[in-house]
Amino acid sequence: MKYLYYPGCSLKGTNRAYEESVLAAFQALDLEVEELEDWNCCGATAYMAVDEMKSFALAARNLALAERQSKADGPTLIAPCSGCYLVLSKTQHYLEEYSEVSRTIDGALQAAQLNYTRKVHVRHPLDILINEIGVQTIAQRVRQPLAGLKVACYYGCQIVRPYAAFDDQVNPTTMDRLIRALGAETVDWPLKTRCCGGSLMGTLQEVGVPLSYILLKEAQKRGADVVATACPLCQFNLECYQDKMSRQFKERIEIPIVYFTQLLGLALGVPERRLGMHRLLVPFHLLHLRAARGGAHAHA
Amino acid sequence: MSEWQSWPRFRYEAELDLRFPEEVASMPGGRALFACIQCGTCSGTCPLSTYMDYSPRKIIAMTRAGFKDEVLRSFTIWLCASCYACAVECPRKIKITDFMAELKQRAIQEDRDPKRFPVAVLAREFFNAVRKRGRSTESRLVLRLYAKTNPLKILNQARLGWRLLRTGRFGLRAESVRNRQQIEQLLRAVDAAKAITLVDKLAQKVARA
Ligand code: SF4
Ligand code: SF4
Repeated sequence: MKYLYYPGCSLKGTNRAYEESVLAAFQALDLEVEELEDWNCCGATAYMAVDEMKSFALAARNLALAERQSKADGPTLIAPCSGCYLVLSKTQHYLEEYSEVSRTIDGALQAAQLNYTRKVHVRHPLDILINEIGVQTIAQRVRQPLAGLKVACYYGCQIVRPYAAFDDQVNPTTMDRLIRALGAETVDWPLKTRCCGGSLMGTLQEVGVPLSYILLKEAQKRGADVVATACPLCQFNLECYQDKMSRQFKERIEIPIVYFTQLLGLALGVPERRLGMHRLLVPFHLLHLRAARGGAHAHA
Repeated sequence: MSEWQSWPRFRYEAELDLRFPEEVASMPGGRALFACIQCGTCSGTCPLSTYMDYSPRKIIAMTRAGFKDEVLRSFTIWLCASCYACAVECPRKIKITDFMAELKQRAIQEDRDPKRFPVAVLAREFFNAVRKRGRSTESRLVLRLYAKTNPLKILNQARLGWRLLRTGRFGLRAESVRNRQQIEQLLRAVDAAKAITLVDKLAQKVARA
């Protein structure tokens, strides 16, 4: 089965390592992925602030394009960015629930020579990996177990809220299960769905920095070597302001923030460069970690 | 206490806008506004509460009571990070996040959004970029944001900018869809539909009068 892939603006910009690692990891698992042609901005939450109906219209164009491009009857559209995933899912819910939304959007699509028959399945890559491929299959494909690595799995808000389509809302576990299947350990970290500050980091740093700091402080305290994320905005916020946090809170905050797909790719034996590891500002290399631990390899 | 935190003012009932709650409740699912029991769970859950001028619970209460000006000029609505923590915990299943978004839209429409407050500026810039090209380019957006709010701040970010540039994460090439005309048609049709709904509503009012 071929999956359609919706990158969204962020995965083409500052967070291209997420795109690189999603595509490389899926390829390593022999899953076929094809980019949605001529996709547009999902509508994201910032757009919703100005005109929600237009954000639904933008999202609906992508859904209509997905139906047009795919030969399958109910095509699956993979949306790795949490923001995009939420807006696309929310649009589907609103088309379903509110006739006023559905009427306006169908009319707008028609004016743009498009049509959407509500058949697309919007899914997060975590959902596909856990619920379709399965941890067992993935574990069998592991070529370089991440033994000895302690990971804090960060889901952020919008994967499980408000819809919780594939995981528990309060204590999601899909990423933890995946990471453990790769041979790593996951740390018990109750902040896994607490807000990182979202776009406030870019607009109001005095508010964004403390929010992200709380997450990292606790992850370090719980002995994590690395934080795994599933959202470009979370990755950016947690990674790029660590020097500010250290200065402001007089405490050394230094922990690599990677995409869960980067860890998956590493375990599957994909070369680091193809996973965009060289784009990290806080570097992360499995080999260094092992050396520092003095062969933690052994107690795998 | 930061500059955006102010204190609620005393109001006489005659000064309140009693149409405001009805207007807000006309959004999809908006009647839920009247189901709030003022338990405060949302405010307790919200990670941004401490920075807000009115807590989420207060915003709901004030909307319902007709404190239109205070609500639309509040910083709270712009501080909401859309994390949905409140909406998940609310015992009345009220989509507080959606109310915050609706209030942001109304603040912009009525020109009561804080003009140089970066959150509102970013929302507007983002909107304009997508209307024009169908996609946004983060790097350009950030530069415009600083230009319009606090150009000096960009110096603080120079080191980060350099590190992003070096790792190939900061490109200035503008992203765009191929079929820009289709985006324009789509968005214009939404505008047209809204205008029609507005005319319909007015006509109903006239008919009733
Ligand atoms: S949690 Fe819900 S019911 Fe309670 S105050 Fe907030 S909006 Fe009202
Ligand atoms: S969605 Fe907004 S109001 Fe609700 S908890 Fe998150 S930041 Fe607070």
